[in-house]
Amino acid sequence: MLIDHPLLGLRDAAEFVYLGDAALLNRPDASSADALDSFHDYLHLRDNVAGEHRELWYHEQGDRSWLVITRNTLTHAITAVELARDVAMNLREGANS
Amino acid sequence: MRYSAFQVLKQGLTGNKGWQRAWREPDPQQHYDVVIVGGGGHGLATAHYLAKEHGITNVAVLEKGWIGSGNVGRNTTIIRSNYLLPGNEPFYELSMKLWEGLEQDVNYNAMVSQRGIVNLYHSDAQRDAYARRGNAMHMAGADATLLDESGVRQLCPFLDFDNARFPIKGGLHQPRAGTVRHDAVAWGYARSADSRGVDIIQNCEVTGMMIENGRCKGVDTTRGRITANKVAVCVAGSSGKVMALAGLRLPIESHVLQAFVSEGLKPVIPGVVTFGAGHFYISQSDKGGLVFGGDIDGYNSYAKRGNLPVVEDVCEGGMAIMPMIGRARLLRMWGGIMDMSMDGSPYIDKTAVPGLYFNGGWCYGGFKATPASGWCYAHLLATDQPHDTATAFQLERFRHGAVIDERGAGAQPNLH
Repeated sequence: MLIDHPLLGLRDAAEFVYLGDAALLNRPDASSADALDSFHDYLHLRDNVAGEHRELWYHEQGDRSWLVITRNTLTHAITAVELARDVAMNLREGANS
Repeated sequence: MRYSAFQVLKQGLTGNKGWQRAWREPDPQQHYDVVIVGGGGHGLATAHYLAKEHGITNVAVLEKGWIGSGNVGRNTTIIRSNYLLPGNEPFYELSMKLWEGLEQDVNYNAMVSQRGIVNLYHSDAQRDAYARRGNAMHMAGADATLLDESGVRQLCPFLDFDNARFPIKGGLHQPRAGTVRHDAVAWGYARSADSRGVDIIQNCEVTGMMIENGRCKGVDTTRGRITANKVAVCVAGSSGKVMALAGLRLPIESHVLQAFVSEGLKPVIPGVVTFGAGHFYISQSDKGGLVFGGDIDGYNSYAKRGNLPVVEDVCEGGMAIMPMIGRARLLRMWGGIMDMSMDGSPYIDKTAVPGLYFNGGWCYGGFKATPASGWCYAHLLATDQPHDTATAFQLERFRHGAVIDERGAGAQPNLH
């Protein structure tokens, strides 16, 4: 697999480390009353979709950036690559507005 | 028809015209006591033990394709019970004992061959870890012998003992481990279950779960609606997809694991050998092909094929312990979908939906567990209580911190 890194262009997927579903960017609120339940779900349960999957990859053998990659788990085709930083900033703005 | 040497002789002398179909091809009925979703090794074993041990025969096994077309037909056929943790080892030893009696139990030649497994160690620390593991195995009634270098040399003289980077210092040997003809396991269980009245329904995909008032009442399929008192899902690899039909999320990610077979060679490897300094395991099939594999690719996948970096990694592992493998040509390689669980251990449990049961999360170790998985799942379905050896395989164990993490890698499925 080749990953079209937003800053570096096409890079071999072997340079990256895989973390998992990009939903991991949405860390639950630790101070809420149901934090125990929501952290159980956050840490251990997955949608595990067959099809378009947004996921976190870390460019360990490269510029050490975190990416959010949209990849089809049925075909391995990658359709979008974003910097996880941008995705997380947008999430935070969305939460604040 | 009972299979026996006498039958082989009789049929051979009469032109082999008397053999019957090994199982029927029934149309689905409208209602069953138990509907098992998934006609793989575990599902068929569950049906067999439900009928034989618990007398529950009004059972259907629904299979999307043909039986044994999933992971039971795609694995590297190794059986062993060399686990460490108390939640696992008694279960896998039960499985080993069931393997030993399997062929007589189901009256089918599954070519169970107890040719032994050697887990190599390359350092003092690994030796100590394997000594501990061997002791844990003894405590669960399994067999294990810690071999020094000369012991391994006697068993496998072809290994690269004086490798500068990974010298082989010895190994943990389980003589009762071995290999089994994987397809025959599915066929044997299917034939036995069918002969006791279980309906095996192929080309029947489950498309929905009937959930009324919070209770599972049956399944919708491509061959119509089937109601059931209990629905038992057993579709490792596709667990996420099927359980999503019931609105459940699982502590599972689906990953791809590759396996490899070389061209047929003369007998060279006596049993199963695993590398201790990387992830590589190898055995030789009865046809002579070297059967080997290594790590999963490491990313979510339902594609049933992997990528080249893992192929390179597996081949490096092979070259590091037995350089002669470099002379063998690769015949086939393929991928299968694994239910990778959050702690590397499986689930055999009720779900939050009454009437719906779940068996999955076998990571890439499901084949060896087939008999015990069926045995314990049948026990759960018949009695609503977990079997003594499977009490730890709960879906909710992460909530209580009762993880069974052999690798000690934490809640990261691709590291198990």
